[in-house]
Formats: sequence, C-alpha cells, structure tokens
Amino acid sequence: MKKILIITMTVILLAISNVSAGTDGENSLSKKNPGQTKDCFEKVNRGIFVFNQALDGAVFEPLAKGYRKLPVPIRSGTSNVITNLTNLITVPNNLLQGEFKKAGQNTLRFAVNTTLGILGIFDPASGLGFDELEKEDYGQTLASWGVGEGCYLVLPVLGPTTARDAIGMLGGTMGGGDPWYNVTVKNDTQYFTDFDYYASRATTGIDFRAKNIESFENLEKNSMDFYSSVKSLYLQDRKQKISNSKKVIDAMDDSDWEEIETN
Amino acid sequence: MSLKKILFKFSLILIIFSVFTEKSFSLEPKDFVQSVVDQASSVLTKNFTKEQKIEKLKSIAREAVDIRGIGYYSLGAHRKALSDDKKKKYLDIFEKYFLKSFSSRLSEYTDPKIRVDSEKKLNEKYTMVSSTLLATEEKPEVKIDWRIVTKNPDKPLIIDVVIEGVSLAKVQKEEFNSIIQSNDGDINALIASLKEFINK
Repeated sequence: MKKILIITMTVILLAISNVSAGTDGENSLSKKNPGQTKDCFEKVNRGIFVFNQALDGAVFEPLAKGYRKLPVPIRSGTSNVITNLTNLITVPNNLLQGEFKKAGQNTLRFAVNTTLGILGIFDPASGLGFDELEKEDYGQTLASWGVGEGCYLVLPVLGPTTARDAIGMLGGTMGGGDPWYNVTVKNDTQYFTDFDYYASRATTGIDFRAKNIESFENLEKNSMDFYSSVKSLYLQDRKQKISNSKKVIDAMDDSDWEEIETN
Repeated sequence: MSLKKILFKFSLILIIFSVFTEKSFSLEPKDFVQSVVDQASSVLTKNFTKEQKIEKLKSIAREAVDIRGIGYYSLGAHRKALSDDKKKKYLDIFEKYFLKSFSSRLSEYTDPKIRVDSEKKLNEKYTMVSSTLLATEEKPEVKIDWRIVTKNPDKPLIIDVVIEGVSLAKVQKEEFNSIIQSNDGDINALIASLKEFINK
C-alpha cells in the first residue's frame, strides 16, 4: 500500500509541476478554470487506465459479483457502515466550507447511527428526521475556496481524479484531516489497526463496484473510447458535487447548446 | 345581418378556432416526457424478445428524439469545418450509431419506474424536465433530467438525458472529440469508428 501511495504522490507532484511549466507563470491550480480540464499526461493516464481495467477484471469485478450474492440486509448494513464513516470526512469539510448547520446535522447523524444504529449498521437518524446530506471531501473544499482542478489524472488502483482532488484526498488524510485514518493508521491505538482502515477502503470500493456492475458493462459496451467516456463522467460528476445543488440545471453549462441546429 | 357583422363574426370564429387548435395540439414538455417514458416502459415490461424490444425502442427514438440535433452537438466545434456532403454522410451514419447505442443501453433495463416531477423553461428553445427513477431494494433512486427542444411546440423532442448531473450528450461529445483529436483533427477517423460500432 505504501508503494501505491509513493507512486500516487509522485504522479501528483508531476501533475503540479507540469501545470506550472505549461502556463505563462500563472498556476492554473490557483484559479477556477471554467474551460475543459487538461489531460496533461494522456498517454500515461491511458496506460494506468488499462492497468486499472485489468486489475478490475481480475480482482474487483469478481469480488463485486461475489459481494452481490450476499443477502440484501448484509449488503445494506455494510453500505450503511461505510456511509456512516464518511461523515468523519464530511463534517470537517462542512466546517471548512462554512456550512455549520450541515456540520451539526451530520455530527448528529454520526452520533445517533454509531450508537443507536450499532456502529452505523442501521440508519435510525433518518427516521428521527436527520436526513442524509451530500458527502463532502477536501477536494470539494479546495474547489469552494476557488482552487482550480489542475490536470486530469488516473491513479493506480484509485482511478480518475484531478490534481486538486488528489491533493485534497492525500493532503487531508496524511495531514490529520481524516479521524478514521488517525485512529487506525496514524496513531497506535489499542482498539484499531491499519488493517481496519485498508479493509474499510477496499470494502468501499467493492460496494461501489457492486452497485454499478451493469452501468459499467453497459458504458463499456457502448463506448468507442471508454477512457474518454469515464473521464467525462468523472469530471461532470465532480462538478455537480462541488456545486452542491440538488438541481442539475444550476450546475449546467448551457453555452455549448446555443448554436445547435435542432429539429 | 349586415355584411360587416357577418365578416366580424366569421373572423372571431376563425381566431377562436386557431387559438383552440393551437392549444389542443401543443404538448407540454412534462406530458411529452411522461408519454415517452410510458411507451418505453410498456415495451420493456412486455414479453418481447430482446431483438423485438430493440426494434420497438428504435421506433420510439425516431419519433421522440432529435437525433440530428444530438449529432450536431456531439461534433462540437468540428461541425463548423464540415462540407455539406460530409455533413450528410456523418448524419446518416450517426443516426444508425445512435439508434443502436440507445436501444442497446435501454434494452438491458426491465420495468424501470420513472416519476416525472417538474419542468423548467430555460429559453424559447429548451425546457428541462426533471424526473426520478424510483429506488428498488437493490438501488437508490436516481435523478434523471431531460433536455427538451421546444422550438416547435407541437413537436417537442428529447435532445439530452442528464443522469445525476451527468449529461449523456456531453459524454458523447467528449468521446467524439477525443477520437477526432487523436487522429489529427480528421473527422473521417470518427466516421470509421462509428461504422465499426454499427457493424460489430
């Protein structure tokens, strides 16, 4: 795992240095870039994408298919535990984005579901009126502070990201912004081990993969350039999440629809 | 009755008739989406073979989707450089590609339950209709928004489907652009890829 982290950090550092070198002294990470996201390392990204697809075919897809055979209550319980853990990242990011009310609601959700919901297996908080809110992460916080996304990257195992989101994820985790990482890996507590952290991360990936088996198959089957389709999906999805809007049209860029000859 | 009065009454009847007929034929985008969803749902739930489903979905798409508009949109800035001949060739192949891809994607679903929620007029040309693919035991609910071309109110057409904020037309546009770019801006490479997809 450490090797993967070192490779990941190297790729991100390269992405940042490339952004600096490729501009006229103005780093695109320092501003919002409304245009298309640059694919600065397309060849390397495509290579890693092929590697990830092979890894997915050999490991994640079979695991996800096996996971899908588990009874629904076990899967929904697992999914609830993972979702509950994400509050530990969401709450500090709510605070960093000035969303104090949401931070309060997510803290209450976490407290209720961890205790009454038995470590998050059940979701009594929703029943008590504390509805699930959108997840937040350090990449989204950087975006809300006006940091541009930088180059598009495909990381080994972890998949698509941008320089900003990767810095947010790794910086947030290593810098102490992930309480779950702190109690499992960073600090030597007697209750948790490194395994708990990595097992939870792997389960998150398998749970996500299991929920999207047909969607991925369908997309791959109907794509002429699967790499490009996944990139577009990822970047649009991030834009929607960063806008924090429930309404799609609020996050939509309508300019490219203007000149189309229709009917 | 004087001729003037007769003419006045006649023109009044004409005006009322024209207003009435216009009203009766124009279709609200929300109702239009509901009707398309119902048609597709009925095909998917009936006991047809996969091939029959695909043919029926194709005929729904020919009536309800602005395939030409999506074809132009998917080309992005490259469409400006096309000659009329090339444009025609591209649009002919695009239609075949689109119908195959669209029906293949949809035919995988069985009994999707979609609730049409609301609509918002963006401008004279476009209205967004919001809907929800209802949750099942396996999957959470999914928000689906439909971009409807309303340039001709009597015949609204779907030009994009946006799933949880991801525009399928945009995904396709970026895919096409990637193919053209990686072949030094040659649109023939895209046409060749489309042909390959149709024939596979």
